[in-house]
This record gives sequence, C-alpha cells and structure tokens, in this order.
Amino acid sequence: MLQLISLLVENKPGALLRVTGVLSARGYNIESLTVASTLDPELSRMSIVVDVDPSQRAQVIKQMNKLINVLQVSDLTEGPAVRRELALIRVRATPQNRAAILKEAEIFGARAVDSSVEGFAIEATGDSEKLDEFIEVMKSYGESEVTRSGLVAVSLEAKKLKLAPPVKKDLDLETKTDGVLK
Amino acid sequence: MSANLMNGARILLECLTREKVDVIFGYPGGVTLPLYDALYDHPLKHVLVRHEQNACFAAEGYARSTGKVGVCLATSGPGATNLVTALVDAMMDSIPVVAITGQVTTKLIGSDAFQEADTFGITRSCTKHNFLVKKLAELPQTIHEAFHIASTGRPGPVLVDIPKDVFQATTHYTPVSHIHLPGYKVYTEGHAGQIRRAAQLIWESSRPIVYAGGGIIAAGASEDLRELVERVDAPAVCTLMGLGGMPSGHPNFISMPGMHGSYASNMAMTETDLIIALGVRFDDRVTGRLAAFAPHAKVIHVDIDPAEIGKNRTADVPIVGDCQKVLEKLNQELRDSADQKERNEAARAGWRARVRDWMHEHPLEPEFSSDEIKPQHLMSEIDRISGGEAIVCADVGQHQMWAAQFIRFNHPRLWLNSGGLGAMGFGFPAAIGAQMANPDKLVFAIVGDGGFQMSIPELATVANQNLPVKIIVMNNGYLGMIRQWQELFYNNRLSAAELISFPDPEKLAGAYGFKGRTVEKPQHLRAALEAAVAEPGPYLLNVRVSPFENVYPMVPAGGAINEMVLAPPQPVEA
Repeated sequence: MLQLISLLVENKPGALLRVTGVLSARGYNIESLTVASTLDPELSRMSIVVDVDPSQRAQVIKQMNKLINVLQVSDLTEGPAVRRELALIRVRATPQNRAAILKEAEIFGARAVDSSVEGFAIEATGDSEKLDEFIEVMKSYGESEVTRSGLVAVSLEAKKLKLAPPVKKDLDLETKTDGVLK
Repeated sequence: MSANLMNGARILLECLTREKVDVIFGYPGGVTLPLYDALYDHPLKHVLVRHEQNACFAAEGYARSTGKVGVCLATSGPGATNLVTALVDAMMDSIPVVAITGQVTTKLIGSDAFQEADTFGITRSCTKHNFLVKKLAELPQTIHEAFHIASTGRPGPVLVDIPKDVFQATTHYTPVSHIHLPGYKVYTEGHAGQIRRAAQLIWESSRPIVYAGGGIIAAGASEDLRELVERVDAPAVCTLMGLGGMPSGHPNFISMPGMHGSYASNMAMTETDLIIALGVRFDDRVTGRLAAFAPHAKVIHVDIDPAEIGKNRTADVPIVGDCQKVLEKLNQELRDSADQKERNEAARAGWRARVRDWMHEHPLEPEFSSDEIKPQHLMSEIDRISGGEAIVCADVGQHQMWAAQFIRFNHPRLWLNSGGLGAMGFGFPAAIGAQMANPDKLVFAIVGDGGFQMSIPELATVANQNLPVKIIVMNNGYLGMIRQWQELFYNNRLSAAELISFPDPEKLAGAYGFKGRTVEKPQHLRAALEAAVAEPGPYLLNVRVSPFENVYPMVPAGGAINEMVLAPPQPVEA
C-alpha cells in the first residue's frame, strides 16, 4: 500500500541522506519525496510516499523516529489532512485542438502557464487520482511530457511538537587541563 | 596570548578527558598528524593497534567489558573505511563506541583528494549517528553529543569525522555544559499501566518463561532480572548477547535458546504461554521459523528501542523503557500483587517440572575422548579455570557456540562476542580492549584457527603492551561451521573449508617475544591451560581438537526451534 508520511527535520547536513538511507536499507520503496523549508528556516518538511506492506506501517514511523535529526513524524495516509500534488504538463497542440485543450484544462481547474505555436505548458494541482485522469486526457491530444511534484500534505489537526529538552552533561568541568597551551 | 587559545586537536583531547576517556585505540595517518602531535605529550593513553578494524573491535571490547564508551581513532580514506565492519558490529550488538576519523582539509572535500573517502556517507548506515565537523567552533559540542548519543537510549556507535584544518585551527576553548538534541527522545521509564498489565499477565500465566537479552546487560539490570525470575519462579533463558545477565549456575537458568540453544530452552520457548521478553529483538537465530515460534504464547516485550517492539513478533504488552527501570517497577508490582501468586502456582509448578525433565532428557554435556581433544572438553576445561569469573572473548564460528554452551558466567560483561554481525576477527582484538580496561582480570581470547588468522597482526599489540591475554586457538584445521554446513547440507563437499598451513605457535609467539605451544593430547590439556594462565604475559595456546565435531543441538535454517537435530546422523569419514 502507499503510505504518506510527513517529517519535520532539522536542516542538518545529510538529513535527506539519513531518511532515504533508512527507507532503502529497510526495503521500503520510495514513490515520491519532496523537501522544502518551513516557517522556521532551521527546519524542513519532508513529504514522503512509500510503498509498504500494511503490517509495516508502524515500523516505518518508528524507524523515522529513531533518526536524531527528525523532530516529528506523522502518518497522513488517512485522517484529516489535505493532500495535493502539482503536475506540469507540456502538450503539443495543433491549430485545430488548441481551444479544446484549454477548455479541458479549465474543466479540471488547471491553467496554461505558457503558450507557443507548438503547444502549451499546463499547471494542474489536485489529488493524485485527479492528476492521473487529467494527464490521460492531455495525452489523448498529442505528445505530452509530464513532471509531477509528488504528494505534499498538511495535517488539519494541530499536533504539538514534542522536543527533547537540553541535557546537562555530567562533565567534570573542573578537570584540570594539562596546561600545555598555545 | 589568552590562556585558553588551543588548536582543534587539543580541544578534542580536552573534550575526551572531560568525557573521562582513559584509553583510545588507534592508528595514525596523514590528516590525523596534528592530533597525534597533540597526543605526544598528553596523559591520555593511546594503544597503537596494527589495523584500524581492530582499533574499533578493541574499543568494543573495552565498552562491552565495562559499559563505558569505547573510543577508536583512524585516519581519512583507508583508515576510515577499515572501521566499517567493526562499526556495523557495534551497531548490531548495541555497543557504545565513539569513532573519530580524520578527513582531508575542508577545502579539498569532494575533490577526490589523496586518502579522501566519503566517510560521512559510507558510515551513515553503520552508525547510530554520525557527524562531519566543518568548523572548529562546532567541535566541543559535537564530541559531547557523540558521547551522549552513543551511551544513552539504545547504545551504539557514533562517528565524528574531523578535517585536518579543524585539528589545526585555533580558538578560545570554552567547555560545554549542556547539549541539545531536540529530536533525540529516549523513553526510559516504562508505562505504569502497561507494567501493571504485565504483572497481571504473569500471575495469570501457567507456563511463563523469561527471555533475556543484551538489553539486560546494557541496562545493568542483572539484579532486577534475578529478582523477577525468582519472584515468579519461572525458567529463564539468556540469548547469546545476554549470557551472564543471569548467573549460569542459577537453578532457573536453562541456557541459551535458538539455533544452537539447549533442548530445554527451545522446548520451553515453544510450549510457553507467556514470554517475558527483556531487551531482546526476536532475532532469527533465536526464533527459527517465525511463524512456528512460541505459537501459544502471549508476549510481554520490554525494550528501550520502540522499533524493536512488534518488529518480528507482535507484543501483547509492549513496554518501551530501560530494562533496569522497568524491571524495578515490575518487581514492585509483583510484590504488591503477591497475593495473586497462588492462583496459578500449581500449574506453574507442573511447568517447572516439565522444563526440568527436558533438561534431564537432553542436557548440554561436554564430549570427552581419550585419543583426541574434543572441542567441548576444551571449553569445559576453560570453564573450570574461569569458575564463572574470567572474561571470555570469542571469535565467530563453532568455538563460539561451544563456548556459549559450556562456559559459565557468574556476572554480566564477562562474555564478549560478535552476536548480530558474526564478524570473524572480533575475538582477539576485543580481548585486547577488555584486558586494557580490566588489567587485573583473567582474559581469554577463544578463537578458531580461521578467525585468529584474520587478527594475527595484533600479536604485536599484546606483545607491545605486554597484555596478559590468553589466546586459545581451537584449531580443527577447518572453517568448522562452514565444514559443518557443507557436511549436513551440501553432501559433505568441503569447498574451501580446509585451513592448511597454520603457523607453529611456539615460533609465532616467540617471534613476538612471548610463549606459545601446541597441545594435542586430552591428558595434557589441563596442564597446558594452567601453564598458559600462570604465565604473567600473553600466551598463545594452540589446541588441536577433533576436526569433524559438529555443534549440537542444531536447528536447521528455516526450521522451527523445537525441530532440533540433537546428534550426528552417522559418523562421517575423514
């Protein structure tokens, strides 16, 4: 099944590598992954869709939680969340079907963001199924090329961010240094 | 100049001193020269090993035998890549190690510079966490974070990669008093409600068994474990990683479960109605075929790592917490509810009698012969000398299983072995680390003729440090476990299993300036071992054992653990 997880991650070097590394090492296939900064520039939000056996869903969340740079993990596969994907589609148009393509885009709530004699670049957002349909329709008009963003989501429930507090290290601060100084 | 202007190398040594590190195991290289220069007149003890992999194994031996963080040091590129096997080993067995590696100068990173490797990328998956320190200002914080991560929660290896220019740069050093890792959450206490439910399940059970693992040792929970076992009066098994968690001589202890576990353990693990799983991970070598494992059992699973709970076997009562803290509370619950003990006590008495019968039916008993030294005979002689008190470092293979079966441990942190990874070459360098940490203890490195030859360069290290490690080579002339599987599952086609040309131990040890010999006759074994132990320095004892002995009981791969092969099907021709 496809599982959508949302991670809040510290912007530390290698954070993406750690996340994808654990997923691949544990044998979970990444269907899509997006990363971008959040309101707090020190944190990033990752939205990841993984293909896993339903019995492994909890394990995926636990493995993500073990990562030291990951502050919060949410499973947004179900439940109150808005899930959206963006697709940019370049479709080749003929003088005969240009109007029809634009009409079709309008029906899907998509819009042309570039127009040339060869055709259009169209931007569409929606859930993945809707985009699948729209892309099928566009393909029927002519040669198309598609770039999809992968799913991003925002939970509709406020989830309190639980952070570990600072730790006082039991260090012997009085330790005499050996006195060799530069 | 200000009084605390120091270079990165010296700041690193300051931080290590504040972490109370007393010894580091390492091997120098180009980019760590500034650090070695700082070590030259620093009181911190450095042990020069002969291969970086063994620096990390030695750090593990130090950590496994003390519970403190072991520290190893290697240079960039080949030095760092040589650590990888031992880091994975520490990861699999949850051993606290901090590995420090040098890296090429910051400006050269990514340029395929001489002795450059992507250490950060390579070690991402073989550490609990790793760091690349690009600025000197981050160094003290990072070092203390590394020790904190390595030693808390589920322990594990942490690597800190430090470029040469960071060692060389100077700054005003201010000691760090706090660290903040907001995403690093460790739950140690255990959920009170779940602990109460666990106590309830225990009193309701008729056939309980305690299944204790490495988590007991990591948490220092041996006393609490013993109290639990006695309070419930349940049979108890310790996994390969948990041996010593219960005194081997305890009347409730029925040895190790799993592939080469005791008959009683495997039967009891199959027939039980309640598994009290403590700091274990239901490893495939313990469970055999998972679908057939403990089919009638409910499971109480205590582990500090939430991801272990429910990973392989669903838990009826999951408890995330430190084994020591949880067991202390569970024992309190059991004390408070002691009036319930009688409810099922008659059934539990019957269960105990049944487990005892299994023990008598097929006990783990050493084999003896008057013509040749049986490997089990060797282990029982080492056991006699140790009396449950010596540190025993095993390598990987048949000898490891026989040692686990026949050598008793009265305390935790005496049995050191590569459990999860099964890394040959572990035993001897681990013994070096253990002996450094425990100079007054008797330390055995029990190794096969295969694994020993993987770590043979460290003979120089024991000679050099005059460490009185007793190296006991169980020499059967074969990669014994390979030969056993080839015999049993590959029509005895012994492909690449025979080890021809073992060096003369007397000459070999002699070349390094200490004593060694071979013993072949069973009647000479005891005296030879006693002479080795009596020697004040290191000793290499090569014990020629019968070559075709197999480890039994054995659960064939993919089998259920109650489907054990208890004895050889028929004698095998040489």
